[in-house]
Amino acid sequence: MTVQYPLYLQQIVNSLTSEVIKIFINDMGNGGEILHDFEGEITEVVLTQTLKNIEELLEKTEEDFKKSRKVYNILVEALQNLYHHTDAQAAEVLDNGDQKKTAKFILALKNEEYNILAANYIVKDNIPTLKSKLDRVNSLEKDGLRELYKEVLNNGQYSVHGGGGLGMIDIARKSGNKLEYDFSDVNEDYGLFTLKIKV
Amino acid sequence: MDPIKIEGTPKTPTVNFNGESGVLEIKGRSIPENAVEFYKPLVDWIGSYGDSAKDTTQVNVQLEYFNTSSSKCILDVFKKLEFINGKTSITINWHYEEDDEDMLEAGEDYQAIINIPFKMIEMEEM
Repeated sequence: MTVQYPLYLQQIVNSLTSEVIKIFINDMGNGGEILHDFEGEITEVVLTQTLKNIEELLEKTEEDFKKSRKVYNILVEALQNLYHHTDAQAAEVLDNGDQKKTAKFILALKNEEYNILAANYIVKDNIPTLKSKLDRVNSLEKDGLRELYKEVLNNGQYSVHGGGGLGMIDIARKSGNKLEYDFSDVNEDYGLFTLKIKV
Repeated sequence: MDPIKIEGTPKTPTVNFNGESGVLEIKGRSIPENAVEFYKPLVDWIGSYGDSAKDTTQVNVQLEYFNTSSSKCILDVFKKLEFINGKTSITINWHYEEDDEDMLEAGEDYQAIINIPFKMIEMEEM
């Protein structure tokens, strides 16, 4: 089945995509609104600019300060995750040699719920570890997540950027929803990891 | 010893550590991609402060946002404070904005780990 997207959506379903991403965009286009979309190389400059734009956008569109702060907090984590964890070589394999760490990010609003989608390439060998981490987070409710957060916070282990594995736990805790994820096939070595968050 | 005075940016907090007054302040937002670089000098400063500390030390933390890269670094700051607690009597004043439950919970999480008295201070506007 071919889905016909409105023109403005066609641009963002071009290259980095999967069934899950297409369905998300279609779903959001149907009664929702895409507030921000990005596809390209994730650099520190892009990250800073995107966060600034989204903060200004939320200031205008979201009256509930609590919610706005929550959404912003989650976005910081989701975007910094892309920045730190996108597997760089994947883009080269995909004939995008000039774009080292290609990723996709969408923020949409539907039925007063914010929907965040973040997608990045991942080396296939790294999928099982990430998957088990996500499943563990999803198996826990509020109190369990809090305990896990404290445990990881205090485990004395640091990743190179200092986060040490707290990102997904924090996103799940703050959003209050399960993390929806998908791994789709790109080629022999790489998959595409997509994370969907509802706030 | 020399105080630390750092102006806040959209990604890093304002820091005022004053050894003369015994007031240590971290204020604003802390969402750098790499927080380790930012916090290391603060942890080191606290180590030296321990040798000539005032009788009492007030630590004021007033953060709007912090990312998980900052979480462990903030814990390091508190652990260093815990280490010098005894040479000086420390109180950590954890500020959070009215109704910001996430920030209150974050303070409580540190409180559960760190053996220093915490005061949770709710503010109308930060």
